[in-house]
Amino acid sequence: MSDLAAAETAEVGRAEKRTRPWRVLMLTAWAQHRTKIGLGITLLLVGIALIGPFLAPYPPDQGVEGQLPFAQPSSDAWFGTDAIGRDVLSRFLWGGISVLILAGLSTAIGVSLGVAVGLIAARARGKLDDVLMRTMDVLLSFPQIVFALILAATVGPNLWLLVGAVALTTMPRAARVARGAAVEIVQRDFVRAAEAIGLPRRQILFGEVLPNIASPLIVETTLRLTFNVAVVAGLSFLGFGLQPPAADWGLMINENRNGLTLQPWPVLLPVIAIALLTIGTSLVGDGINRAMIGIERGSRGSE
Amino acid sequence: MFAASLIIFGATQALPGDAARSILGRAAQPESLAALRHQLGLDKPVWQQYWEWISGVFSGDLGSSLANGLAVTDVLGERLLYSSFLMLIAAAISIPFGIVLGAVSARKRDSAFDQTAGVATLGLAALPEFVVGITLAVLFSTTVFHILPSVVVTEEGVGPWHYPKEFVLPVLTLVIAVVPYTSRIMRASTVEILESDFVEMARLKGLSERRVLWRHAVPNALAPTFQVTALNLAYLAGGIVVVETVFNYPGIGSLLVESVRARDMPTVQAIALLITGLYVVLNLLADLATILVSPRLRTSLE
Repeated sequence: MSDLAAAETAEVGRAEKRTRPWRVLMLTAWAQHRTKIGLGITLLLVGIALIGPFLAPYPPDQGVEGQLPFAQPSSDAWFGTDAIGRDVLSRFLWGGISVLILAGLSTAIGVSLGVAVGLIAARARGKLDDVLMRTMDVLLSFPQIVFALILAATVGPNLWLLVGAVALTTMPRAARVARGAAVEIVQRDFVRAAEAIGLPRRQILFGEVLPNIASPLIVETTLRLTFNVAVVAGLSFLGFGLQPPAADWGLMINENRNGLTLQPWPVLLPVIAIALLTIGTSLVGDGINRAMIGIERGSRGSE
Repeated sequence: MFAASLIIFGATQALPGDAARSILGRAAQPESLAALRHQLGLDKPVWQQYWEWISGVFSGDLGSSLANGLAVTDVLGERLLYSSFLMLIAAAISIPFGIVLGAVSARKRDSAFDQTAGVATLGLAALPEFVVGITLAVLFSTTVFHILPSVVVTEEGVGPWHYPKEFVLPVLTLVIAVVPYTSRIMRASTVEILESDFVEMARLKGLSERRVLWRHAVPNALAPTFQVTALNLAYLAGGIVVVETVFNYPGIGSLLVESVRARDMPTVQAIALLITGLYVVLNLLADLATILVSPRLRTSLE
């Protein structure tokens, strides 16, 4: 931690400055149990979602021969069948990838846009800053899921729209964090120096300022990813995500909810998977967050 | 708020489909389509439609539902009662519980209690509401125990207080969604306050540790907690959409989902405006509560 502080004060060696905080952060985070456990859980679920389709005993959209709807678990269908007699296990193994892609994509787009907006606002100050951040406030005034529902009502269920809607609700939150962290950085001497030697504005923002606000952004990204998994799965659950006969965890819960008393597995498997996935990513986020706070305290103490 | 109303209206207007066509079906005659469009005011310019809608909102007229022709205010009335009842009970339970849990965790910092509470709240905070709701339903109503109903069946014209049993699971779900945030923020701010000079002063005066915590530390730690609580109530305004659907609870959240499915635009607009309005008001209240409750800020205001 002390070498971080040293790097902070020694303005020379910009390359060093660019890599070090990032590596220190990751190493400190990795030292925590919760990060390892969280990453383990997350990777397990990601593994199920990615490899699952190759392991599934049946195609996801076909019934199991000789099985009635909501059949109990048997040797033919390990977790029984769903509302229209399809194999629960197969649909579960096929149904994770859509949640991952939708949540990952919307988080990536939303955070990138948000960071761009936040950086520009922090750099520009004045009127542009006000206009940008008030616009973000307006977007923030909708609960995420309500915003997505309004869009779904207008255009009907559409996956690109869903990604766009979730990304749009992610953007203002990331923008706030980015701006908050960058406002202080843009006034530092090394940014002034970069301006003085005439680097283009874009290069200053993304080459000089961005690496210095990486830590809070990483924490924010994991947090947003956790939320977006919940929102994406929730929208599928409400029937505005993937449409039948697609296999999708949220949709599975929706389709089989009425048979909960007869056969809990087609609901329970995806519920457990979504629960573990969100817990896993939030543990990783918390681990990184703690590491960041620890590093900040350490460097402040030794200055 | 004004901008939000513009967005709600703009988004619902941008629809590629045509409301008149979706009501009458594909085989509708052009003349009857035109007649219905005129009746709905769809042939007027967009800004005029917005003006009529927004001035209607202020005079309490939200238009009529496209699904059944009833006035939106009538459709909303009882649902709104059910939803507010649900949210109020959930808030009344979760806020004090979260505050006490957070304060006690901070007091017994790094103890087994604090560690357990920390991990539990972290995990619970991550769970989506429908996952919590369905897990509770499986536990208490369908599979493990059969003690509580998982579906709310109500009669028209009967207030929500007639169904205490049906309330337990939806309320519990919302409580589980909010308590983790409240208690984590409360813990963080109490820990910070307990390390500050004036708490040390109170200790040096010889006050009991309990009195130091509840009379000196907690009131100052409440400010950020109030803010988070209000934010989370605002979040509940979104959360009821999912929770009400899980339990078939007849509130505005499940109505929103139904209306979106039916593309019943006036109802969607009304509910979206309502929830967003609540969200904005709660955020303002959060700022206000922060100023009122925190002695430091209050004196700086005077």
